[in-house]
Amino acid sequence: MNIQDNDFELFGLVPRFAQHPSELEGRWKDLQAQVHPDRFVAQGASAQRLAMQWSVRVNEAHKRLRDPLRRAAYLCELKGAPIGAHDNTAMPAEFLLQQMNWREALDEAQARADVEALIAEVRKVRSQALARCEELLDVEDNASAAAQQVRRLMFLDRLLQEAGDRMDALKA
Amino acid sequence: MALLQLSEPGQSMDPHQRRVAVGIDLGTTNSLVAAVRHGVAECLPDEQGRVILPSAVRYLADGGRQIGYEALAAQVEDPKNTITSVKRFMGRGYAELVLRSGISNELVEKAGMVAIRTVLGDKSPVEVSAEILATLKFRAEDTFDDEVFGAVVTVPAYFDEAQRQATKDAAQLAGLNVLRLISEPTAAALAYGLDHGPKDADSRLIAVFDLGGGTFDISILRLSDGVFEVVATGGDTALGGDDYDQALVDWFLKQLDAKVESSIEQAALNQAARHCKESLSSHGSALLEVMVGDRMLRHQVTVADFESVTRELTDRCLAVVRSTLRDANLAAGSVEEVVMVGGSTRMPQVRRAVAQFFGRDPLVKLNPDEVVALGAALQANQLAGNAGHDATLLLDVIPLSLGLETMGGLVERIVPRNQTIPTAMAQDFTTYRDGQTALALHVVQGERDRVEDCRSLARFELRGIPPMAAGVARIRVTFTVDANGLLSVEACEQGSGVLARVEVKPSYGLTDDEIARMLKESFSTAEVDMKMRALTEARVDAERLALATESALAADGDLLDDPELGVVRTLIAELRESATCEDAATIEGATQALARGTEEFAARRMNRGIQQVLAGRNVETL
Repeated sequence: MNIQDNDFELFGLVPRFAQHPSELEGRWKDLQAQVHPDRFVAQGASAQRLAMQWSVRVNEAHKRLRDPLRRAAYLCELKGAPIGAHDNTAMPAEFLLQQMNWREALDEAQARADVEALIAEVRKVRSQALARCEELLDVEDNASAAAQQVRRLMFLDRLLQEAGDRMDALKA
Repeated sequence: MALLQLSEPGQSMDPHQRRVAVGIDLGTTNSLVAAVRHGVAECLPDEQGRVILPSAVRYLADGGRQIGYEALAAQVEDPKNTITSVKRFMGRGYAELVLRSGISNELVEKAGMVAIRTVLGDKSPVEVSAEILATLKFRAEDTFDDEVFGAVVTVPAYFDEAQRQATKDAAQLAGLNVLRLISEPTAAALAYGLDHGPKDADSRLIAVFDLGGGTFDISILRLSDGVFEVVATGGDTALGGDDYDQALVDWFLKQLDAKVESSIEQAALNQAARHCKESLSSHGSALLEVMVGDRMLRHQVTVADFESVTRELTDRCLAVVRSTLRDANLAAGSVEEVVMVGGSTRMPQVRRAVAQFFGRDPLVKLNPDEVVALGAALQANQLAGNAGHDATLLLDVIPLSLGLETMGGLVERIVPRNQTIPTAMAQDFTTYRDGQTALALHVVQGERDRVEDCRSLARFELRGIPPMAAGVARIRVTFTVDANGLLSVEACEQGSGVLARVEVKPSYGLTDDEIARMLKESFSTAEVDMKMRALTEARVDAERLALATESALAADGDLLDDPELGVVRTLIAELRESATCEDAATIEGATQALARGTEEFAARRMNRGIQQVLAGRNVETL
């Protein structure tokens, strides 16, 4: 076992998208019970430092594995298809058009009900994209196509965030 | 499943191995110390049998101090030199406090943290708190006739970096080895034994409603398999029982058309209002009377009067609860237990409002003044290695986001709040001018987007960046938050292979020099030879590490081959030998040598522990 091992190895999980949340949470707590600095209170500064490093590492892996989008992005990277969100923004024209329509709808929304309807629609598309992502990663083993889905999902999350802000503004 | 043990259960060690570990509730109004004796946590009483130590310190012109009840009694006659509710000043700047009403001390502006002017000079809130902590430490040492190995000190869950660091500094100043800072609500849940819930339950949500003298906290905890996870915290560091007293005072003065002229009168009024409030928890009405100037003011206060003038305060508590639940996406109905903490939860109107809000009766069977100290004592006992197998792991979250100032006075968040700690998060920055060789970094804490709305924690500069075109340098800034919620920041230029690195502790924290100066001035060490103290500490540390290494060898010695085993045994023997000498530095050197010589062993033990977790799970899933 090495602190540089990947998140799945560290948690003893099969490297795939589909994961049981209860298994993930259980593994996280068992690992923390082993490596947390509180377990090494009387063992001197170097044991404390080592425990701190491991505990930070376990929390980092947990955070990444728990969130479906981050987990998908991480798997793509492990499979040699990094997301490269900053320099790879080329998206299919049809998706970009849909984005523009949604944004327009958001800008024009006057009532909370309009925004709520939009959010429901985007959430539906989002869960379809996640399901497709799982298929691409776990069944078809097509990491570069999965990375494309992850980039789409990132757009969708940003849109949902903006829609949420808009909801708050309409409330005030 | 075998765990990494500090000592094997059932195997009885040298009796000295059982370490005195205490839990301390450093409260706004009252402080308490508790310890586990004969398997049960109990608060330790003073010579008069009182467990509560009022958090009051009075400085006397002759250089002496009065602490606790004596100081409290003197508050009316000597308000300027008597400091109460010092917790409100911890880690706070002058500007944040100066406009607050009801402060009878003279505050002095100091860089970072406010100071209080007394007849013995300007006192930092850290020093005042250290007086209280040292008093409790002596009480524990008298009780056990033994050194205190370490302490768990509680802080409100909502305490920010500055306040946590100040609390830790105070404990250090009082000569306490801080095993851990834990949040008060978490301690309360431990005291109620809520970690030992029904075995089959997946996880349970618990709300801890803590209305103390000066602070209000609400925490939502998720408990499962003996793991405590704080899923959300909220609070108000300026709302507590003192405000109920103040509201009563304001109303009382208005009823009688009277004014307060001096701090002596103010203090007398506050004290009378507190007694009146306490009496109203069990009576329908109470008489509030106090001498102001040459006039005796007197008014019969009914429960209805009191409830109506303080309704706004109770509503404020519930508003915080509501927004905390909303932040965490939780409904009030999903909370399975509500724990009441803090003397102010004795007020019937507060209990009623909480029961109504959550739709269930809150837990009140433990004394709300003691419950935090009791839970801290249980945790201290475990951290000291006295509890064996039955260990509860506390996982905490960071209460407020941490970030850096960027161009235009905006905040770039590095560590978002409610993140499980310990954690380390990094972000890359770059230079914006050609040939730029330094970068100024400003660390802030808070949820707002603009720097001026956040709390400034530290400023530092990264120098020695090799000159490059703008935007080429890659400067990685790493924020590391330890299990106590304390932050350190590191910046490192990576692009060129030249490493420039800076590590800072936030600027409100006391420097080692300041701590040394305060130690010298402090009553707790004035008569003790500093050298003697250093020697004693070095010997205690040495023995602690030797024992820990021996029990590690007993458990996992098979991880080392014979030559390696020989090296470790020799280092232990050398350490024991050096501990008999009279020079602290020599002993410290030998301690460090053993620590260095066992790094590889510690790493292998860590691996074994992790392998066992994974192996255990794989067997289950087969």
